[in-house]
Amino acid sequence: SVSPGDTSVLAGLYGPAEAKVSKELPDRAALEVLLRPKVGLPGVLERSREQLLRQTCEAVILGVLHPRTAVTLVLQVLSDAGSLLSCCLNTACMALLDAGLPLTALFCGVTCALQPDGTVLLDPTARQEEEARAILTFAISSTERKVLMATTKGSCSVEEMQQCLAAAQRAADTIFEFYRDSVHRRYSKS
Amino acid sequence: LSICSRTVEPLEYYRRFLKENCRPDGRELGEFRTTTYFFSSGSITTADGSALVKLGNTTVICGVKAELAAPAADSANKGYIVPNVELPSLCAERFRSGPPGEEAQAASQFIADVIENSQMIVKEDLCIANGKLAWVLYCDIICLDYDGNLLDASVFALLAALKNVQLPSVTINEETGLSEVNLKQKTPLIIRKHPVATSFAVFDDTLLIVDPTAEEEDLGTGTVTIVTDEEGRLCSVHKPGGSPLTGAKLQDCITRAITRHKEVKKLIDKVIKSITPK
Repeated sequence: SVSPGDTSVLAGLYGPAEAKVSKELPDRAALEVLLRPKVGLPGVLERSREQLLRQTCEAVILGVLHPRTAVTLVLQVLSDAGSLLSCCLNTACMALLDAGLPLTALFCGVTCALQPDGTVLLDPTARQEEEARAILTFAISSTERKVLMATTKGSCSVEEMQQCLAAAQRAADTIFEFYRDSVHRRYSKS
Repeated sequence: LSICSRTVEPLEYYRRFLKENCRPDGRELGEFRTTTYFFSSGSITTADGSALVKLGNTTVICGVKAELAAPAADSANKGYIVPNVELPSLCAERFRSGPPGEEAQAASQFIADVIENSQMIVKEDLCIANGKLAWVLYCDIICLDYDGNLLDASVFALLAALKNVQLPSVTINEETGLSEVNLKQKTPLIIRKHPVATSFAVFDDTLLIVDPTAEEEDLGTGTVTIVTDEEGRLCSVHKPGGSPLTGAKLQDCITRAITRHKEVKKLIDKVIKSITPK
């Protein structure tokens, strides 16, 4: 589980396991993502987020090494205090790392909020998200800091988007350092 | 020999065309399919506004129905806009009948986000009486033929249908407290912004092609959808995973999207002008 500030998401990864005949793909692993909100039943918003997460993970997982298997990623939102989607992305990546699945790259999620006066704020809290003019979430890959996933809420100009993207790419370095530290700590104890 | 190659090795077949900077259906990499739309109020006579959009073979119809409801307690001066995208089993063999699949739900969420982000309809405009009565616009977008690029066609159909909507005037009778709908007096909906979506498919991590067909979407390694409005502002950058792109490639997509917006705006204006002298 990963908690930046008070936003907390728990992830469980199962796989590569036997897939149902209706769901198996002949040449690669079939990935399924389930996102459970803190309260209520999963709705259309969760489904669209599941699609974003699934396609991001599919881009990094080497599915061709495990054909006709199923990989299931279940995410449970424990608390939401802003930047939920990027928290889910980070949790998903750490779960993939922890499970030892073969990956082409790591990815991290960064949320940028564009304030009404034009300043860029990284990792906004829920209140900052409400006041912001636009919220942009990017998934940045570890190789060459390319954009794996992008989604925006609210409108912004092209220059502002490029500014946010540059800020997100710089912030990605900090997050990848955190991944390194976590993995180092986990394997040095045992 | 070439027919065999298309079914047996579709990716290689496509790569041969892409090397020459064109596609099997004769288009260039940056060219859209022929866009036509039927905007006359005769598309769906029972709906308050409707439009049928064809992007090559992809056919999408949007019907807007306006109903009355009480506004929510925490936003007493706001109406509602409820988009719903349906992919019935008749549009493509991959869609089965039953509850909406992930693609339909994700598309519905995307359309809701575009409406919200672009502020094309301000919810306060839909309010009739503060705290008592407001309009609810149910926008049903149904795909009749799926040949790729669903999001572009849906956004276009929604925009065209909303431009077509005529809302009857509603007054609240002071004595009885009931609403009276006057069907003879109709006013068009106020549309503030005109968002237009442009979708790209990513091939082999490097090549970007505009307006992918269903086959190209399947063979591609990712998709990007950019929604711009008339001021060149980005209403939405939707890249659900897929191959990683650099910031520069994303910038190319945005530039193409802005050009596309101008093309679509011209098309809409042309069709409206041809209908108005009625």
